[in-house]
Amino acid sequence: MAMTGYGRKNSERYLPDQGREACGLFGVMNTSGKRFPGNIAISAIKNIKVRGNGLGGGFAVYGIYPDYKDYYALHIMFENKRREVKTVVEKYLTENFNVAYDEQIPTNAQVSLFHPPLVWRYFVTPEKKGDERNLSDDEFVVDKVMHINTSIDDAYVFSSGKNMGVFKGVGFPGEIADYFLLDKLYEGYIWTVHSRFPTNTPGWWGGSHPFSILDWTVVHNGEISSYGTNRRFLEMYGYYCTLYTDTEVMAYAVDFLMRRQGLPIEVVSKIFAPPMWDTIEQMREKEKHLNTTLRMVYGPLLLNGPFTVIVARHNEMFGITDRIRLRPITAGAKDDMVYLSSEEAAIRSVAPDLDFAWTPHGGNPVVVRMNSTDHLLSMDNSI
Amino acid sequence: MASLTLKSGLRDMFLEGSRHVSELGGYATVSGSQAWVDALNLKHKELNDLLREVASQGARDITVRNVFGQRYIGTRLNTVSGCNVNLSIYGTAGNDLGAFLNGQRLTVYGNTQDGVGNTMNEGEIIVHGKAGDVAAMSMRGGKIFIRNNVGYRTAIHMKEYNDKVPVLVIGGTAQDFFGEYMAGGIVILLGLGLAEGKNHNANYVGTGMHGGVIFVRGNIEKSQLGKDVGIYTTDDRDMEIVRQYSGEFAQRFGLNTEEILQAQFRKILPLSKRPYGSIYAY
Amino acid sequence: MYSYLLPEFAIERKTERCIKCRVCERQCPVGGHKYDPDFDAMFSYEEVCVGCQRCAVFCPTGALCVQPHSSQYRLNYSWSREKLQDLKKQAETGGVILTGSGNDKPYKVYWDHLVLNASQVTNPSIDPLREPMELKTFLGKKPDSLEIDLNKEGFEIKSELNPNKMIELPVAFSAMSYGAISYQAFLSLAMAAKEIGTLFNTGEGGLPLEMREKYGGNAVVQCASGRFGVDSEYFNCASIVEIKIGQGAKPGIGGHLPGEKVSFNVARNRMIPEGTDALSPAPQHDIYSIEDLSMLIYALKEVTNYTKPISVKIAAVNHVAAIASGIVRAGADIIAIDGIRGGTGSAPKIIRDNIGIPLELALAAIDKRLRDEGIRNKCSVIAAGGFRCSGDVLKAIALGADAVYIGTSALVAMGCTLCQKCYTGKCSWGVCTQDPYLSKRLNPEIASVKLVNLLRSWEHEIKEMLGGMGINAIESIRGNRDHLRGVGLEGWELDVLGVKGAGE
Repeated sequence: MAMTGYGRKNSERYLPDQGREACGLFGVMNTSGKRFPGNIAISAIKNIKVRGNGLGGGFAVYGIYPDYKDYYALHIMFENKRREVKTVVEKYLTENFNVAYDEQIPTNAQVSLFHPPLVWRYFVTPEKKGDERNLSDDEFVVDKVMHINTSIDDAYVFSSGKNMGVFKGVGFPGEIADYFLLDKLYEGYIWTVHSRFPTNTPGWWGGSHPFSILDWTVVHNGEISSYGTNRRFLEMYGYYCTLYTDTEVMAYAVDFLMRRQGLPIEVVSKIFAPPMWDTIEQMREKEKHLNTTLRMVYGPLLLNGPFTVIVARHNEMFGITDRIRLRPITAGAKDDMVYLSSEEAAIRSVAPDLDFAWTPHGGNPVVVRMNSTDHLLSMDNSI
Repeated sequence: MASLTLKSGLRDMFLEGSRHVSELGGYATVSGSQAWVDALNLKHKELNDLLREVASQGARDITVRNVFGQRYIGTRLNTVSGCNVNLSIYGTAGNDLGAFLNGQRLTVYGNTQDGVGNTMNEGEIIVHGKAGDVAAMSMRGGKIFIRNNVGYRTAIHMKEYNDKVPVLVIGGTAQDFFGEYMAGGIVILLGLGLAEGKNHNANYVGTGMHGGVIFVRGNIEKSQLGKDVGIYTTDDRDMEIVRQYSGEFAQRFGLNTEEILQAQFRKILPLSKRPYGSIYAY
Repeated sequence: MYSYLLPEFAIERKTERCIKCRVCERQCPVGGHKYDPDFDAMFSYEEVCVGCQRCAVFCPTGALCVQPHSSQYRLNYSWSREKLQDLKKQAETGGVILTGSGNDKPYKVYWDHLVLNASQVTNPSIDPLREPMELKTFLGKKPDSLEIDLNKEGFEIKSELNPNKMIELPVAFSAMSYGAISYQAFLSLAMAAKEIGTLFNTGEGGLPLEMREKYGGNAVVQCASGRFGVDSEYFNCASIVEIKIGQGAKPGIGGHLPGEKVSFNVARNRMIPEGTDALSPAPQHDIYSIEDLSMLIYALKEVTNYTKPISVKIAAVNHVAAIASGIVRAGADIIAIDGIRGGTGSAPKIIRDNIGIPLELALAAIDKRLRDEGIRNKCSVIAAGGFRCSGDVLKAIALGADAVYIGTSALVAMGCTLCQKCYTGKCSWGVCTQDPYLSKRLNPEIASVKLVNLLRSWEHEIKEMLGGMGINAIESIRGNRDHLRGVGLEGWELDVLGVKGAGE
């Protein structure tokens, strides 16, 4: 990944602290791809309000821009509502992209939030020049997004996938939803939500979650004790952190293993949350070899410490906890609707008549895929 | 970001927007020793304020409907003197149900989440469903009956003292670190829903256990146990205990005690009262 | 196995003074002195001596002198005597080396590099002996603003206030559990706290039933990972409930009160069987994350019907300021922060000596961070870990602490000599033991007077120093770093402390 060299010259001593987060999570997907409005996700996350502290909330929604589904949808925030920064960004965008359409993201003036930025969206296709033609569209977009985020002060691209969007800010998630009129304006087939309890960078809209890269989004709860190891390993492969949060590292790790190396989540989960050595000892030879090799090669990407994460991209959503389940997750299913949440009560509050509700074994992912019932596989060894 | 000088201040996610109990009259009906509470849209503290209020008014049989994750149900009833309440809860009880409970009886018709009976001292919790992680953590008295499964670290650091012996009976199976650090008490794992030939779910059972006993019905392999415990056959005195509490369990959920007792039980005991006595240099 | 360890102490007995009264033999709990009737002579057993000085103090003729043993390995800057002895001990036992008391390694003590100010000419100093000098301190959450109505009776406060605990002196006794220390020592602390109008802290050994009514008003009761002796009555009898997350002497690990120390009474208090190990897990297993801490904070508010301030005690570690911010946002009313020199009754030496950061830096960082976020008033900050004198206390308050906890100083006042053998349960001074023969040496009537004397003398000294600065109320020095200067500190240290260098 051709990223700008942010942080490369810095001594470790001067790097910002790791963001410390804890949170409430919720995700819902319709496995038939039917789009539905935001009220489910919004009500559910309100149910677990006490898991956040009002310093960050956000949503990722898939399938919201069918009219522009072939365009990268860039959501950009301009801190302090600086229009002059917007001019700079737009000049950069027109140099590198064909901008099909742009507009201010509609917001509700009645909702008063802490220090809101100006938020704009651009639907674009790449205009590659010279050597850039060797890059895939995705790599090109990532490069340009990183450039804006690291080189243009007070501008921050917080969503860059196609036919999906991230909406986030400082406030409880319910307030963010009201602010961006999520329940009125959008329909999607996956909604993931994050209610944040940060101890770093309070009061910065960009610091809220979901964290996204292209159409991948991550919402995460917990604190990765192996953060420094994970971050420095990913730096070897060109991923430089700009936010210094666990979530960012997790998103890069997912991108590295799943998008670049093409590993399925069923394998990646064994890297993030590997079985204990004494469990591996008891496995059949082939399985033992796989798990041993994964730990040997990808040991630096073991995510140690408490976490639950919900990752989404088009057609897929999965949730996973650390290997000794220090953070909670509960899954629920009703017909073609599948839910993931920090607390069962949040699911029940929006879907009282579930077919199934289960809590998977620590480290065992719940993988929700389009037109499949893969998620039910995680009921094995669940409670 | 760097230039931000505004103070974000502090918002209390727990208390923010909570109404005073005097504004919540519409959610409760009291009639003599009976009371009915509708918890729909009540915040955690609002519900517990209301329960305390109706208990103070003399209600001893309280039915709560539409519970969606409200926490600490029953906890604050400790502060109403001399009150022993029968609480029937419909819905999904929130975390720390009956935390520090000191003598009430809570019956949940639905699932519960993490921390059921956290550091509970006396009373009874009956769950017609499953429990999340760390159920019965540091429990020191009273009884908990869970009809279905339980999550991670159930019965962690349960204790006993003299005749104060907590009892936990689980109808289903448990996840990892079952009985970790256990220092006392009686835990019975019935495994009623286990498929034929399938082992119990938990690994690292009884790791660090140094007191109390776990009775297990259904298969559990030696490799699933922590290194600080052993598994033994039960004797007649053990089976008396198992019979008594399995009977109480069966009675609460309308099951047949004899059917439960037909299968074989084994017991897990700590190998030492002092598992870490020899790891230090003095 | 024959031990290759060198004795730590040499016992010198001046035979011309010794009258063979055998006081030393009776006073020594480890058998360092023995009378042999065959020879009619006293013999010393130096290999067991811990240097507690009990015998030297009690020898009626001054015949005894106990001092570090002069046998030395070849001097080596890297491989010190202590390192060599530890290696040999581990080779002989295969065990984790235990220790007691606070970190004794030469990390910089910042109190010794901070100096306080005094008035000269431009404003007058105040004479505390004759003019009011106020030290009352409130611990708990303060609101951002007060809503005040004017009616017929005058002004009336409409705002609902959070519970606060008032103490007369911003010095309280740190958490020391009954079990770690003797009942006599525990009771002495409670008696002194009541007399002074400050707080003692139960640690996680419970609060004996017979003490609750009389001393509950001065008690901070802990809810720690072992949940020993914890029930709703225990919480409700106290004035503050403290969640113990960590301890400066052993951040990140739990504790094992060995079965030998779990006597009948300790067992009754902790509500575990006599003679079992009392294991305190490393984490509280209902807290794996900041929102879980919030869950326990509100569980404790629920169980006390929102009548008590809830404190959260942590060890000073990396990112401590961010952690503190999270704790305040999780709903805590008080944060207690314990630095790397904080004491302990028992900890693995490798942990005590290597983990954590100095209190002074942590305290300064926390106070600044909470102010930067506009939430400093939402909690009180109590600093702990190695306060040796009133000067340290006042410097901490000037850095931003609301109050301090003292542990080791109080133990020393009761007789402790910092021999660091608390974990053996054989404290000859009766402080850190459950052996009735030893613990009865400590008389609470006398020890509590010593503790009261200690606090009164610190109180006077603090007032003198405040008066010298022209300040007559403790709140005017709190967080007032203008009155501090650094000496012998590097730029980054002054930056973290937020103080100017002397002369600047």
